[in-house]
Amino acid sequence: MDWSWIVVADVMPRLLAGLLVTVQATFAGAAAAYVLGLLLAILRRSPSRLVSLTTYWLSEFVRRTPLLVQLYFLFYVLPDLGVYLSPFFAGVIGLGVHFSTYTAEVFRAGIENVPKGQWEAARSLNYSPTQTWINVILPQSIPPMIPPLANYLVTMFKETPLLAAITVVELFNAANIYSNSTYKYLEPMTLVGLLFLIVTIPTVWATMYLERRYSRR
Amino acid sequence: MGCATMEVLVEFYPLLLKGAIVTVQLTVVSAVIALVISFAVGLARLSRYRIVRILSVIYLEFFRGTSALVQMFFMFYVLPLLGLTLAPFVAGFLACGMNLGSYGSEVVRGAIKSVGKPQREAALSLNYTTFQLYRYVLIPQAVPMMIPPFGNLLIELMKLTAVASLITIPDLTFSAQIVRAQTGLTLEPFLLILVVYFLIASVLVGAVDLLAWRIRTIRKMNFRTGN
Repeated sequence: MDWSWIVVADVMPRLLAGLLVTVQATFAGAAAAYVLGLLLAILRRSPSRLVSLTTYWLSEFVRRTPLLVQLYFLFYVLPDLGVYLSPFFAGVIGLGVHFSTYTAEVFRAGIENVPKGQWEAARSLNYSPTQTWINVILPQSIPPMIPPLANYLVTMFKETPLLAAITVVELFNAANIYSNSTYKYLEPMTLVGLLFLIVTIPTVWATMYLERRYSRR
Repeated sequence: MGCATMEVLVEFYPLLLKGAIVTVQLTVVSAVIALVISFAVGLARLSRYRIVRILSVIYLEFFRGTSALVQMFFMFYVLPLLGLTLAPFVAGFLACGMNLGSYGSEVVRGAIKSVGKPQREAALSLNYTTFQLYRYVLIPQAVPMMIPPFGNLLIELMKLTAVASLITIPDLTFSAQIVRAQTGLTLEPFLLILVVYFLIASVLVGAVDLLAWRIRTIRKMNFRTGN
């Protein structure tokens, strides 16, 4: 089978439209994952054992089961329970919930790595809890979190093709729909792979730069 | 869950059990492939030959930079057009294994690089060959450090096998879809397989923890007896 540039020209606009959806889903999902992850990290630190253990096992459950099945769950089960979500929205929630269990670990490690003396110093200066968090803990814990959080952004970008399974027309699905109606598989699939590489390789380099910039201070 | 749904689950129990077995098989076979690739590519990254290093970086960036689903579809739909037809199973475990192998190679490289420089110098002063250096000095000390990150990757791999249902492999996810299509039930099959996936993952987590614990105790014993 030979490579056809006519097919490339034909499929490219659809792929770029799909890439836009992929990027939107990635950023929306990442925003959800960061907010939910921070919430999970805070709940994990709760003095109540019931709250912290429940959070731990719920997170482990989400983390030890496949994102694809979680997406099916959101897509097929929720409508039966009377909750109607658009496929895109269901996908964003799925990505957000799944990866919040990963980002929660980043937040937790970042907060725990602040030395205990800092908490004690804040207390001895009579800082309120809000002042302690805003002036002492967060400024020290956020910079080391930036590289791993950026890494999860790349990971989520690569997981978005799973949204095709719940009918979202993102980059991969755009190629798949085209292939299934024209029986041309070579060019669309190859281009999808190339487009992924074009986005991920520079982003991975950027996260490596962030790592050098923020991990040693 | 009412009586009718229980009946349905009893009826589809053999199908779901078969699906669970396929999931475990996929996980085991692709884990072996991933482990071999991890060492091959991870060690190649440390090669003294530039070309070997470049090839291993290309492998790493290609498989880490694209989506596993795209790799699987490429193997299943595009390779036959180029004259290489793979059975669904082969495409499934090759894609899973080669994808996770790229992440694993970073684990191997990182662990070997973290073995202290004095160890290398000691091997050099004992006139060890490069093979002996890796076989007797670097790898034995690096392996215990690899176990926890490999454990995490094993869970990622197990979860990745669900994607193989999209290239018609009758795994757990695929069988849940069959139940949904034939009965219209949604909550029961998907909740059930989520629990099954969780149990499989938990067994794997437990096994890796046990292995890590065993290695720690053996090393402690050797240290005490001076071996």
